[in-house]
Amino acid sequence: MEMIRQGLLVLAAGMVMLPVHAQQRYITVASTTSTEQSGLFKHLLPIFENKTGIRVRVVALGTGQALDMGKRGDADVVFVHARPLEEKFVAAGFGVKRFEVMYNDFVLIGPKSDPAKVAGGKDVLQAFREVKAAQAPFVSRGDKSGTHFAELEIWKMAGVDIAQDKGPWYRDTGQGMGPALNSAAGMNAYILADRGTWLAFKNRADLAIVVAGDTRLFNQYGVMLVNPARHPSVKREMGQAFIDWLLSAEGQRAIAEYKIGGEQLFFPNAR
Amino acid sequence: MDSVLQALRGAFGLMLSADRALVEIVWLSLEVSLSAVVFATLLGLPLGAAIAIGRFPGRRAIVVLLNALMGLPPVVVGLFVYLMLSRAGPLGALGLLFTPPAMVIAQSILILPIIAALCRQAVEDAWIEYEEQLRSLGAHGPGAALTLVWDIRFSLLTAILAGLGRASAEVGAVMIVGGNIDGVTRVMTTTIALETSKGDLPLALSLGIVLIALVIALNAVAQVVKDAAQRRYG
Repeated sequence: MEMIRQGLLVLAAGMVMLPVHAQQRYITVASTTSTEQSGLFKHLLPIFENKTGIRVRVVALGTGQALDMGKRGDADVVFVHARPLEEKFVAAGFGVKRFEVMYNDFVLIGPKSDPAKVAGGKDVLQAFREVKAAQAPFVSRGDKSGTHFAELEIWKMAGVDIAQDKGPWYRDTGQGMGPALNSAAGMNAYILADRGTWLAFKNRADLAIVVAGDTRLFNQYGVMLVNPARHPSVKREMGQAFIDWLLSAEGQRAIAEYKIGGEQLFFPNAR
Repeated sequence: MDSVLQALRGAFGLMLSADRALVEIVWLSLEVSLSAVVFATLLGLPLGAAIAIGRFPGRRAIVVLLNALMGLPPVVVGLFVYLMLSRAGPLGALGLLFTPPAMVIAQSILILPIIAALCRQAVEDAWIEYEEQLRSLGAHGPGAALTLVWDIRFSLLTAILAGLGRASAEVGAVMIVGGNIDGVTRVMTTTIALETSKGDLPLALSLGIVLIALVIALNAVAQVVKDAAQRRYG
């Protein structure tokens, strides 16, 4: 009995310790899997945290979900990549103002055997049409993320009504970038990915970049403070400090400095 | 097979290195899951015993419901707790979302039915055996339930360990309510999910082996404590 009582006391003490983590000065940032999984935040945040003493807690989701987190007031800052959705977010009063931070590009990934014969092309619209014509397996994120949104735009520009015309070759996986890449690796399928996640991704199997460099593959990232007028819990000063730092010369330089294997992942373009 | 061997080697490497970030993740996993087990046990044992011994209308339906809830999908529990704790939800003012206590709440809800249902069955079986004896001693109602729970306390350990197993293995609920924030709410299972996302499958599998080793160690400790207690008090 004594042993049980002591055990309970130790556990109770452990529970009391739990909230201690919450005592620091911190903000919550809703961002995308591409910024987190590419390792960008691991590079950026320590610099900002050392300078200001403000800890940044990143919750990495798809862009759609990250914006939803901002709408509910569960984040102080939203850092995502789907311009039309971001503008709608700000217009509806959920965000204060949208700032452009950096860009990278999407790339079409595909099997080295290249059944649709698109490798080396520069025209992503043509490549998408050929993948469809060849009925080659194509993995879609299907999760309302920024990348999914960009993929749907490309189908539209290519003149394909994908909702109507998809067949068994089009695999809507409803997964994040990494898991979708794992699926594509397993199925030897084509997939649209952001370059950052692709560069950091390790389970490539037989996949490689097949189409890149089309201006329509441009991928702009924007950052917004969640509107404190709508959600009083938003940490306005600290959130704005983070945004200001990202846009500052120092923040922009830090973004440009992040490289994997000598290759720069994100290109700062704040105005 | 090569990749499994590589993962095993990686797991030993991880355990020997005692990497600080990994130790913190392991420690948080233990804190969260053990806290959830304590809460779910404190609520689940009395609840299970009350249903076992009580005779009231709708009892059979409650037994069926409780048994069914053992299969609660973690992601649904996570979503429910998320909506409750979200700033836009009824408990948003507490500011608990994306904190370890939110993860404890979600896991407690998840394993409460497991502990309560298994306790209910064990107490009911004991009740059938000892009812007359207890009645002749004048024990009834809550008194009898308490006596029975105390009598079969060593068997109830299995119910509690089943709860612990579920809590330490699930990823769906803690991912949603914790947000897998580096250094704050990242636990073993969400780390494994993250490394899988990054395509680092050997590291993910190594972490999985570390998690399984940890759960085996916890169960071994529970067994040793139980045996010692049984020898002394049983």
